[in-house]
Formats: sequence, structure tokens, C-alpha cells
Amino acid sequence: MSNGINFAFLDEYAKREIRRSLIKAICIPGYQVPYSSREMPMGRGFGTGGLQLTLALIGADDTLKVIDQGSDDSVNAVNLRKFIEMTCPGIATTTRLQEATLIQSRHRIPEQALRADQILVLQVPYPDALVIVEPSEDKRKIMHGEADYSRLLVKLYEDIVKFDEITISHRYPTRINGHYIIDPSPIPRYDVPKLHNSKALILFGAGREKKIYAVPPHCLAEPLAFDDVPFRIEDFSDSHGERRACKLCGSKTSFLDEFIDEQGVRVYQCSDSDYCEQQQECAHG
Amino acid sequence: MGYVAIKGGGRAIEGAADALELLRTRQAESASPLDTDTIEKQLYFLHSRILSEGGLYHPQLASLAIKQSLGDTLEASFALRAYRSTKPRLLETPVHDTRNMRLIRRISASFKDIPGGQMLGPTTDYALRLLRMELLNESPEQFQAIAKRLFAGLPERVVPDSFPKVLDSLRAEGLLPQVNQAAREQPFDITREPLIFPVPRSAALATMARGETGSLLAIAYSNMRGYGDVHPTVAELRVGYLPVMLPHPITGELTEVGEVLMTECEVVAMYQGDDTQSVPTFTLGYGACFGHNEVKAISMAILDRALQKGMQDGPENPSEDPEFVLLHVDGIDSMGFASHYKMPHYVTFQSDMDRLRTTQQKQEAGHE
Repeated sequence: MSNGINFAFLDEYAKREIRRSLIKAICIPGYQVPYSSREMPMGRGFGTGGLQLTLALIGADDTLKVIDQGSDDSVNAVNLRKFIEMTCPGIATTTRLQEATLIQSRHRIPEQALRADQILVLQVPYPDALVIVEPSEDKRKIMHGEADYSRLLVKLYEDIVKFDEITISHRYPTRINGHYIIDPSPIPRYDVPKLHNSKALILFGAGREKKIYAVPPHCLAEPLAFDDVPFRIEDFSDSHGERRACKLCGSKTSFLDEFIDEQGVRVYQCSDSDYCEQQQECAHG
Repeated sequence: MGYVAIKGGGRAIEGAADALELLRTRQAESASPLDTDTIEKQLYFLHSRILSEGGLYHPQLASLAIKQSLGDTLEASFALRAYRSTKPRLLETPVHDTRNMRLIRRISASFKDIPGGQMLGPTTDYALRLLRMELLNESPEQFQAIAKRLFAGLPERVVPDSFPKVLDSLRAEGLLPQVNQAAREQPFDITREPLIFPVPRSAALATMARGETGSLLAIAYSNMRGYGDVHPTVAELRVGYLPVMLPHPITGELTEVGEVLMTECEVVAMYQGDDTQSVPTFTLGYGACFGHNEVKAISMAILDRALQKGMQDGPENPSEDPEFVLLHVDGIDSMGFASHYKMPHYVTFQSDMDRLRTTQQKQEAGHE
């Protein structure tokens, strides 16, 4: 590459360190593996953790898909994809989920099921679900080790007492393989069940907080709840109790973005733009 | 319209880059671009700050970073830091002795007479902060004449090559603890290892050495004002050029490979009651960073002292808490995260609305 930059930007030592941390993360599902985390040429918080994972994993024969808020064309997804293309000559990129071998995403897990030969990399701003009850990392580490999640459960309980609802909207605490509770990144609750028993390897990279963790394939992933207060995903039903549909493809099962159109009318549209397009193609074809 | 705002991202990004480039060049024909040498020399303190916060001693690239970021300190340090990520660590320097610094300035607030003497050097400390209106229209001729005048008639050598350290004399008098040679740990490389608390002091020092000046100052200031009780005295503050030594690749002999401009500050704090030590002594705080950054070095020295106290007795104030200080002083981390809130958060906001509406509905139903 020009500027004398290595393939995939990072030097080989850095990539090797990330891959070693990755193996540890896969071996201990849900455990946050600390790693040194290099500075990337984009802002901490813009997906530098996910980016480092992608760069450590990608090879010239990979096909990459990058999404943000479900869309391949959002500014940050475009920015990351351009950077990866620039530093990884030879790779292919795609917007179609089925073609991708490596998918980097922020805030969404794609609508359609992932395959065993695909890897999903999620960008993580806060790697630790316990941070809402304990600010000290040192103390949180002990709590995780002892699987002491009582304060999280108390937080959920207090929510129910105060609001008659668990108020955690996204980043929903999820227990992996019966032990560690993870912050599954700011995916909506709608996406949390997709972590459970996934065919694909799901990786989490927190660049600023310098942590890597994983939900390996076919692994238990249980959102925190009570026996009598089950976990609930976002409700997209209208005032008559009818499930809202995407205004473009008509899907009644997808996660929807809500916005006000030019006429001032509230409309709903699939958040996963690739899924929405594929649905429309099917309808027309 | 909500959804469209995130479509067409590629074109928007290119347009934004052009708009920024226009900001940089909008003086058009009436101006010439900043050259990197001018930035290093005339924006000396800005340049120093970037060298230090960027965590890479590369004066020319620091200038370039300042130029392309239009002088934004956080952005410039960031660019330098990101460049550093592409470079492997090839060699380690041995521990360097700052007694060998070629000084441009050294002062002590603890003694009037220090071995080697006080040397004010270039400082704004006693300058009157009056705007120098004559510089508004400084001509190249006037500018060039100044250096000529200042150099005229100077004796060849006015300053000795090196100065003894103030701390040595305090140590000789038994006022400071002796250096524990056995406790000398292998320095912790924060660029290659994550911070897992508790961290060794070298990790804390390295983190602060490339920390953001304002962040270090704010937390150190909280300690100075009363959220803490370091009450430091500056034993010595020195600014100068430290020769960098590396083992020769063939002979292994230490060889000078260059020099780095740096600032070093040692503060002495009041002694503490310590059950394990029979003779009470003063305690020390240490700060050092690339470039000429005195406020940063002093802040760092105070925080080093505060953190050592916190590690020993448990933190009583934010400035004594290693996690609180070390995880919040990095400018690259904090500015990145603050900026990221400008990115779309449509999905999570949708989730938030779902929770709020559900809770509102339940409340309304409850009131009926």
C-alpha cells in the first residue's frame, strides 16, 4: 500500500495479539478479554474495537459486509468499509448478507439467520453489563468471576416496582453459557434472541475500553429476566394491536425504524436495508 | 427526513472532507500554506502538546498533524497516535537518566540556591499578559531582525551541558526515601498491554505522560483545591533535550541515536505517618512528558503522588483513585467517545421510545 501501511493497517504483532485474545474469548464464552487496543484512524466510539477484530481476521479471500443501524449506506458504515477496502487490497465487499464471510455491524444483528461459515463482529461502546450498577472495573471483575449478578437483578426488580416494566431498552444484559453476563452491544432487545444458539460465531470488540468477548456458535444466551416477568422484545403493534408492516416491503416481522415523512405522517420501514431490498426483489421477481 | 439522512453516506462524507479542506485553504491567493518547520518553531507550545499527547516523538509529523487538523489539539494528537499504531515495537531503550538532559530551563521552588543555580529560560511565568499590538503587523524584516539581535554578542557557551538534580541533595540529607534499586520493575508498556487494575506505577506514569493536558490539569486541580491533600512543593522542574541511547545492533554498546525535548517535574509532598518506616521522610511525585509542557508535568507529578497515596491507603478522592484518573485522562479515548454521540443512534432510540411509551401507557392505565 502507499504510505507504507501494512495490509489491514495494523502491524502483524498487533493482529497476532488480537487473534490470541480472540481464541481466549471463544474458549471462555462471555468473558471480557483485555487487550492492548491500538488507536485507529477513526474516533474511539466509532467502531474501533470491531474494526480491529475485522482487520485481524480479514484475508484477501474474504467478502465483507459493513452495516450501521442496519444499513450498508449509513455514513459510519461507508466510512469503515472504505477504510477497510483501502487498507486490505484484494478483498471483496457486498451488501448482501448471504455473500458475506465477515460482517461488521453496529447496533443490529441482521434480520436473516447467519450461517456457520460467517462471522459477525459487533462494535461495542460499553463492554460490561455491570457498569450500570458498579463503576469500578476492578470490583466488576470480581463480581463477574463470582457470577455475582445480584445487583443487576435488583436493578431489574426496582424497575418493575417503579415502572411496572423493565426499562432497559437496548444493551440488554444477557447470560452466556450459564455464567458470564455480557453487554450484547447496543442491539435492540429484538436482536438478543439471535445470540442464542447462533450458527455463526459472534464477536464483540470494545476498542476504547480495550476488551474482546465472544458468543461462540451453538452457545446458550439468555436475557436476564424473572420467571414471572419474561423478557420482552420491542412492540411494533399499532393501537388496534395489529403488527405494523414495513411501508416498502410489507414485512410484518422485521425490526422497524419509525420516522415522520414529508407529509408529516408517521411511517415505518425495515431497519435492515439489505433484508428490505431482498424482500422487495422476491415480491417483484 | 429521518431515514434518508443516513442514505447516500459516501457522497456526504466526501463533501464534508471538501468543506473542511475549504476551511483550511479559504485565504486563497493572499496566503501561503503553513510549512511544518514554521509550525514547530512558531507554534512551539502547541507543537509540544501534540508531541506529548500523541505519544510519538516525531516533530515533523506532529507539525503535519497540526496543519491537517487546523490546529485542533485533540485531532492532531489523534492522527499522530493512529500513525503510531501502524509501527511495530522494534527495540526498547534502557532506563534513561535525566541528569544527562541538555537544559533550556530548570527551576526549584523548594530552595533559593540549588546546585547549578536556577535558570528561568523561556517562560511566560512572569510575563505580563498584555497583548503585544506591534505583532499584529509584524513584517518579515522585523521578525528576522529579532533573532539576529538576540544572537549578537552572545558568548559561545553560557550554559553547562548538564545540571545536578535537586532531589539528589535532598536524598543526601535523608529527607527523601532512598531509591529502592531492588524494586525497580520492568517498565509496563501501555501500548502493548491493557491496563488491568491494580496497575504498576510505571503504567500509571506512562498513561499520564500521553494524557490530555486539560484532563490531567482538571483532576490535579481538584486535589490542589481540597479534594485531596498533596500540598506539593516543586523540588525541580526542568525542560531540555535528553539524549536517547540505544544498544548498537552489532556491538551492543549504548549509542546516542538522537535527542528528545522533554519536561520533567518532581514534587515533594509532606511526609506521611507510616507504621512500617521508622524515620519519616518527604514523599515524591513524578511527572515527565515529551515536549515543553510545564502545566502538564506538574499536574502529572501531583497526580502521581495522589495515586501512590490512593494505592497505599485506598482512595479518598477521585484524584487518588487509579481507575478514575487513568481511565479518564486519555484525550483520544475521551474525545472519540464524546464525538461518537453525533453518530446515528436510531435503533437504540427506537428501543428507548418503546420502553418509554410502554411505561407511559401502563401509568395512564393505572390512573384510570
